[in-house]
Amino acid sequence: MHGMAAIEVENLNRVYRVFRKKEGLWGSLRGLWHREYIEVHAVRNVSFTIDEGEMVAFLGPNGAGKTTTLKLLSGLIVPSSGTARVLGHLPWNREDAYRRRFSLVTGQKEQLWWDLPAQESFRLHREIYRIGAADFQRRLDELSDLLEVGQLMAQPVRELSLGERMRMELIAALLHRPEVLFLDEPTIGLDVVSQRKVQEFLSQYQKQQRITVILTSHYMKDVEALCQRAIVINKGTVIHDGPLASIVERFSRHKIVELLFAGDIRSTDLSRYGKILESRAPRVRLQIEKHRVSESLASILSDYAVDDISVMERPLEDVIAELFTADDKLVPSNR
Amino acid sequence: MRQLGERINHMTTPVSATPHMTTWQQELTARIRVKWIVLQTGIEERLVYRGDFVFSTLVRFLPIVTQIFLWNAIYAGDSSSKMKGYSYPDMVSYYLLVMLSRAFSSMPGLSTGIAQSIANGSVRKYLIQPVDMLDHLFWHRVAHKIVYYVIAGAPFALVFWLCRAWLPGWPPFPVTAAWIASLIMSFLAGFLIESLIGLIAFWFLEVSSLIFIYMMLNYFLSGHMIPLEWISSWMPWVEWLPFKYLAYFPAAIMLGKVPVGDLWRELSIQAGWIITLFILNRMAFHYGVRRYSAFGG
Ligand SMILES: Nc1ncnc2c1ncn2[C@@H]1O[C@H](COP(=O)(O)OP(=O)(O)O)[C@@H](O)[C@H]1O
Ligand SMILES: [Mg+2]
Repeated sequence: MHGMAAIEVENLNRVYRVFRKKEGLWGSLRGLWHREYIEVHAVRNVSFTIDEGEMVAFLGPNGAGKTTTLKLLSGLIVPSSGTARVLGHLPWNREDAYRRRFSLVTGQKEQLWWDLPAQESFRLHREIYRIGAADFQRRLDELSDLLEVGQLMAQPVRELSLGERMRMELIAALLHRPEVLFLDEPTIGLDVVSQRKVQEFLSQYQKQQRITVILTSHYMKDVEALCQRAIVINKGTVIHDGPLASIVERFSRHKIVELLFAGDIRSTDLSRYGKILESRAPRVRLQIEKHRVSESLASILSDYAVDDISVMERPLEDVIAELFTADDKLVPSNR
Repeated sequence: MRQLGERINHMTTPVSATPHMTTWQQELTARIRVKWIVLQTGIEERLVYRGDFVFSTLVRFLPIVTQIFLWNAIYAGDSSSKMKGYSYPDMVSYYLLVMLSRAFSSMPGLSTGIAQSIANGSVRKYLIQPVDMLDHLFWHRVAHKIVYYVIAGAPFALVFWLCRAWLPGWPPFPVTAAWIASLIMSFLAGFLIESLIGLIAFWFLEVSSLIFIYMMLNYFLSGHMIPLEWISSWMPWVEWLPFKYLAYFPAAIMLGKVPVGDLWRELSIQAGWIITLFILNRMAFHYGVRRYSAFGG
C-alpha cells in the first residue's frame, strides 16, 4: 500500500506529575503546604506514521504508555512536547470536525445509556454525528448483522452480558463511519466466544471499510489475527516498529527444536542443550538458545540416532511475555 | 405509562433539515435536534424507573405535612399572633410556595453526578464526542423535571387544596406572570449553581464534603428553612446572594412582598445572576477541561 499518512506522530512526550504522599501523619501534614511531586515519563520521544487503511498493533506491558498515547491521539490529554496529526487535525484542539472523524473504544464501555436499550443510544448518536436517516438504518442493520446482536437491540444495556455490551459499544463507535479507530484493549475480560466474534468482526469490517486502526491488546491471538504491523513500546519508548512476524526473529533468544528419535533415549541428558519443553518418547521438544542451535544439533546427531528434526520459531505469545516480564532482555538479541 | 414511553419513542423530531436551508440554519437545526433527542431519551430513562420515582416523589411530601404541623405547634394554633411579621397562615403559605420553588430549583444528584464522572473518567465521553457536556446535562435535567411535574403535580395540587383556608387569594396577572418567570429562572439558577459546584471536581477530586456544606448553607440562605427576612434582618448581605432565587424569591413575589413597581427590576437582577452563573460555568468547564487534559485525563 502506498496510502497517505492518516496518523503522524513526532517526538511525542508526556510527563505526568504525581503527588508523592509522605508516610505517616507528620508527612501528610507537611504535604498540606509543601507538596512534592514525582514525574512519570509515560511517553518518551514516540514517533511513527500510519497510513490510511492500515491496522497496527500497539504492544507493550502494563504501564508502557499505550493508553497515554491513545489518549493523546484522541485529544483527551495534551503532550508535554512533540506533536501529532490525525487526518490533518491536531487532536488536542478537540475540534468538532476532528471528533466526527474518529472513535475511541476502551474496555470501560461507557458510551451507552445504561438503563435504556442500546437502540436509544444509537438514535442519540445519529443526531450527535448528524447521520442521515437512510445511512443510519443501513449501517445499523449491517453492523448488528455482522456482530450478531440484532435481537438484543430492544433490551436494556444493563441486562446485556459483557461481551454483548462490548459489541454494542463497537456499533456506537462505528455508526458515524469514523476514518480512524483507536481500540484500547477491546476484548479485555470477554469470554472466548465473544472475543472471537469481536476479532472476526474487526477483521472483516476493517477489510471492508479500509479504516485506519490502532489496536492495543494483551491477547496475541487478536493481534496475530488482525495486524501485520506492530509497534512495541516499553517504558514509554518505541522499541520495535515493523512486521509482527519480525518480533519473534528479533527478540526471541531461543528456537524450538523438535526431535524424533529412532532408538532409545535418556532424556535427562538432553537438558544440557536447553530446556526440555515436552518429552514423550520418541518425540522431544527442546528450547535452545539461538546461537547454540547448530552446534547442539551437530552434537545430538552424532550422539543419537535421529529420524526427524525440525527447527521452529517460538510462538509470539511466549516471546512477548518474556520480553515484557524481564526488563533486561529488552535489547534486541541480534540485529 | 409504558404507552407514554413508546409514544415518545415514535414522536417525530420537531424540525428536519430541508435542502434549501442555508448552512447556519442547518447547523441550528442539527443542534436543536440533539437537544430534542437528549430530552426524549432522558424522559424514557426516567420512565424506566417510574415505580421508584413515584414512590420517592410521594415520600418527599411527608416533610411538608410535618413542617406544617410543626409551625402549628410553634404558633400554638393561634392564627392571629404574628412572629416577626409572619402569622401562622402566612407561614403555611410561605412554606408551600417555597416548596414549589424548590420543585423547580432543586437538582438532586447533579453536582455529585458531574463530580463522579470527572473522578471516574466517564466525563471522557463528552470530550471525545462532538457534544457539549453542559448542554447535554441541561436537557437531560429538563427531561427529569418534566417527568417529576407529571408525577408530583397531583399531590402538590392536593396539598394546596387542603391548605386553601390559609392561602391568600390569587394575585393579579402581572404578579402571576412574574412568579412564573421567576420559577423558570429558579430552575436555571439551580441548574447553574449545582453544575458549577460539580465542575469544581476538575480541581479537587473530593467535593462531596463541599456539596454537603453547600446544601446546609443553601437550606438557610435560600429561605427554605425559615423566611429569609428573619435571616436578612441580622445578615443583610444574604439578599445579595443568588441563593434566594432558589426558594425565597418566587414565593415573595406571589405573597406580594415585592412591590409590583419593582418586579421588573428584581426579575432583571435574577436574570443577571443567571447570565453570570452561565458565564462562570462556561469558564469553569473551559479551564477545567484544560486542567484535566494537562493532568491526566
Ligand atoms: N493520570 C495519570 N496520572 C499519573 N500517572 C499516570 C496517569 N495515567 C497513566 N500514568 C502512568 O503513566 C504510565 C503509562 O500508563 P499507561 O499509558 O496507562 O500504560 P499502558 O496503557 O501501556 O498500560 C504508567 O506508569 C502509569 O502509572
Ligand atoms: Mg492501558
